[in-house]
Amino acid sequence: MWSRRQGRLRPTVWSAGVYGGSEPRVLGCALRKARREQQLVSKRLLRDDAPEEAGEGCVAAILGETEVQQFLRQAQQGTEEKEREGALVSLRRGLQHPETQQTFIRLEGSMRTLVGLLTSNQALLQLEAARCLHELSHSEQSTVAEACLPATSYLLTYLSGHSSDFIELCLYTLGNLIVESEAVRRQLLPQGIVPALAACIQSPHVAVLEALGYALSQLLQAEEAPEKIIPSILASTLPQHMLQMLQPGPKLNPGVAVEFAWCLHYIICSQVSNPLLIGHGALSTLGLLLLDLAGAVQKTEDAGLELLACPVLRCLSNLLTEAAVETVGGQMQLRDERVVAALFILLQFFFQKQPSLLPEGLWLLNNLTANSPSFCTSLLSLDLIEPLLQLLPVSNVVSVMVLTVLCNIAEKGPAYCQRLWPGPLLPALLHTLAFSDTEVVGQSLELLHLLFLYQPEAVQVFLQQSGLQALERHQEEAQLQDRVYALQQTALQG
Amino acid sequence: MQLPPALCARLAAGPGAAEPLPVERDPAAGAAPFHFVARPVRFPREHQFFEDGDVQRHLYLQDVIMQVADVPEKPRVPAFACQVAGCCQVFDALDDYEHHYHTLHGNVCSFCKRAFPSGHLLDAHILEWHDSLFQILSERQDMYQCLVEGCTEKFKTSRDRKDHMVRMHLYPADFRFDKPKKSRSPASAEAPGDSGERSEGEAMEICSEPVAASPAPAGERRICRHRSVSELFLKPVLNMCSVLRILGCTWAAALLILNSER
Repeated sequence: MWSRRQGRLRPTVWSAGVYGGSEPRVLGCALRKARREQQLVSKRLLRDDAPEEAGEGCVAAILGETEVQQFLRQAQQGTEEKEREGALVSLRRGLQHPETQQTFIRLEGSMRTLVGLLTSNQALLQLEAARCLHELSHSEQSTVAEACLPATSYLLTYLSGHSSDFIELCLYTLGNLIVESEAVRRQLLPQGIVPALAACIQSPHVAVLEALGYALSQLLQAEEAPEKIIPSILASTLPQHMLQMLQPGPKLNPGVAVEFAWCLHYIICSQVSNPLLIGHGALSTLGLLLLDLAGAVQKTEDAGLELLACPVLRCLSNLLTEAAVETVGGQMQLRDERVVAALFILLQFFFQKQPSLLPEGLWLLNNLTANSPSFCTSLLSLDLIEPLLQLLPVSNVVSVMVLTVLCNIAEKGPAYCQRLWPGPLLPALLHTLAFSDTEVVGQSLELLHLLFLYQPEAVQVFLQQSGLQALERHQEEAQLQDRVYALQQTALQG
Repeated sequence: MQLPPALCARLAAGPGAAEPLPVERDPAAGAAPFHFVARPVRFPREHQFFEDGDVQRHLYLQDVIMQVADVPEKPRVPAFACQVAGCCQVFDALDDYEHHYHTLHGNVCSFCKRAFPSGHLLDAHILEWHDSLFQILSERQDMYQCLVEGCTEKFKTSRDRKDHMVRMHLYPADFRFDKPKKSRSPASAEAPGDSGERSEGEAMEICSEPVAASPAPAGERRICRHRSVSELFLKPVLNMCSVLRILGCTWAAALLILNSER
């Protein structure tokens, strides 16, 4: 199941070059900047990879106004079907260029003609017209997306059809248009996109489901989604179907699961009505999926798994903050210790292949352990403290999170601190005290405080290992000095 | 990062929760200047924490990190014709045939052979065009269902329904799949020689949509088609509704004549 991806896109190993090399690093920086400015727009383009016939050559030319008109006329009025289809193919290739797209939308009646061809009774003409629309949907200009407005009611209508390739094309086109223009979204909602997607999600075709997940994920990322879109999605049958697509088992398709996991993430982090999702069993489905992912990670070199792991971790972490997580009796719905085992297997995987995702994994670990003596005990009984400490050198962010998880354990009292002592913890703390990052040091001080409180024997060893000198380095630091002083006092009195 | 060897075994074993060690907190733990409190953390949508993962998702969608995607070429087969009676469209690729079949022979009205893009629209068509009971009931109650999936509104006339779809659902006023039933015009005939192609809804509108530069030539007429009254009589199955329609037309015509004579 995991070893062979179906569907169009297959991820490869995220090469170290993305963060390590010069050019890829520039790309990474630019994307991060775009994300911060909320302009990170992802669009899929189903470009026909099959070599074109008739020796047209690989590079399509930009089309001028006359040529666009000519192709449209030929498509609409040609006598031979092959000729009409060919005209649309030529138009489609030209539309790969932004200039041609602009020319097309400025031409009066062009969209009407294209919509006429889209709704024609000639199937192959219809398909080519849809491909032209798809090219237009890839434009980064919202004016081009808005020029496609007359077509949307038909794209939605065709979602209830039976031709899976055509439906897939319509879905990707819709997804692209959704991303580009609020005007498009404002029209699609009253046109019934949510019920249309809810009907379409019952398709047995994997490619259709992946496309639907994509379109839905774009809809959910809209700025106005929490107020205007997510409530109607939650009121539909979509959430149950989405969760079904995420259930581990022979029917789980990785490409489909990735899309719906991201959809769920966008819904959950918008915090519209997470208890509803918990009621649908989201926690247990995602927990089981996490186990499945950990199993897969051990078996295969397929590095694409992090694309699914990331949103699953996010969903679980955010859901765990909901009060509804507590069932009658105050027990957490998610109690299976295997979740902790799975998480550490994933952390190891991230450590080796995708260090940038370590914080996300540790976030889940924090949320699992914060209010759960059971999970804290699991970390101790499964000998996971040492592996956790091995993550300290990765980065400051990771260090703070590791230390926070350790504080979650230590704050539960002497029974827990006894299990943290003796061991690698104190040497590790002495090491982090040498960091210059204030937050790392601050969290180390918190942990030291708990350790001294619940395991006083640690104080002596701390002193013997030059602990006081380690503390002194930070006496002048405003954010740290009170705590440094308090610890110094404790150490000296102990 | 070294994991204990027993961890994989734990994952493979059955579910279970650890019996928690006793919790015993000292109030001094949270006393100033220390302020640690164990709490789950929540990150909202746009939080910077998600930056790295979001960039990665973006790149996935942009195909940057994909391997060469060997999308299989459309498998070509020796040319074959569509097997549906009356259709002699020829294909050399199975995908093309699949799409043709679903578009033209999929949701087809068994009464009038019109093809529709979905079962939903076909059902509405059959009800409104071929169900005599519908006609009778629609005189007394709102029967014209909104065509938008998920909308349960019903209307007295197809005109009212269209107004609703335009106003509430922002549908185009000339939505191709919502043509009102018109009275038959004997003048327009079925275009000859169009092997098995059927209109969707009613007439194909292509011929009436001008492209900016050129007028529609005469040859285009073959795409437009209307059912002729004579053709109705030639159909082997002449359903009740058609009879009523014809009678209704005749009756309405008679009424008009009577009224004008007063």
